[in-house]
Amino acid sequence: MSKRRPYVRPMAGWWRKNPFFVEYMIHEGTALFVAAYALILLTGLVYLSRGEAAWNVWLEGLKNPWYIAFHWLTLAAMCYHTYTWFKIMPRTMPPVVVGGKRLPDFAITGSGLAVAATASLAMLGLVWGMAR
Amino acid sequence: MKRTLKRSNAPIFWALFGAGGMLSALLGPILVFITGLAVPLAMLLPADTMSYANMLAFAQNIIGKGFIFAIISLFLWHAAHRIFHSLHDIGIHAGIVAKLICYGGAMVATLITAYTLLAIGF
Repeated sequence: MSKRRPYVRPMAGWWRKNPFFVEYMIHEGTALFVAAYALILLTGLVYLSRGEAAWNVWLEGLKNPWYIAFHWLTLAAMCYHTYTWFKIMPRTMPPVVVGGKRLPDFAITGSGLAVAATASLAMLGLVWGMAR
Repeated sequence: MKRTLKRSNAPIFWALFGAGGMLSALLGPILVFITGLAVPLAMLLPADTMSYANMLAFAQNIIGKGFIFAIISLFLWHAAHRIFHSLHDIGIHAGIVAKLICYGGAMVATLITAYTLLAIGF
């Protein structure tokens, strides 16, 4: 082992100094909410497999104010994920050329958001129709 | 020159990340709204939307099963990949242990989801 102790530049909080990186950390952070929500659903699925009494315990649990508050927060994070996912899409997908011209970024982001809005409404309608 | 190049496993994780990211971007907000807010707060949707009978029928239906499996597993593969690649940014070494925890966690959850969906029956 070397006895030399080279200077290591401290990195703690580096991203807080630049708004670009703050935004980056927030949109990466939405993954925590996506994971938490998936785990909530998985818990529900396990309770469902254990019969009606167990399922009702889980369903009642969702009415807990802490759960409600958490779901509001998750909703905000999910919406932000949707927005950033399509905002970044012009850079994550191969360039689309229409009539010899590259499709502008706002067209890709805009159509992505439009598809998301349509899919959400369709989903809500489907659930409403199935439950009625 | 190397004769046999070792194939990277990155495209698999990236594809799962992309699929989960797309699915959660399209349906994440509305699903959170339905299961986490509209049903518990009894707004907009019928009160028995997520009753045991309804949800059991949904989970026993082959399309419902596929939907539940895709949502839970792909959301987790998306999150696992994103969290794994953000570890370095918050000063945690993204080595083999971190990789095993992130992707291993998603794998275990995927297997539990599949097992539970099969246990619920058809």
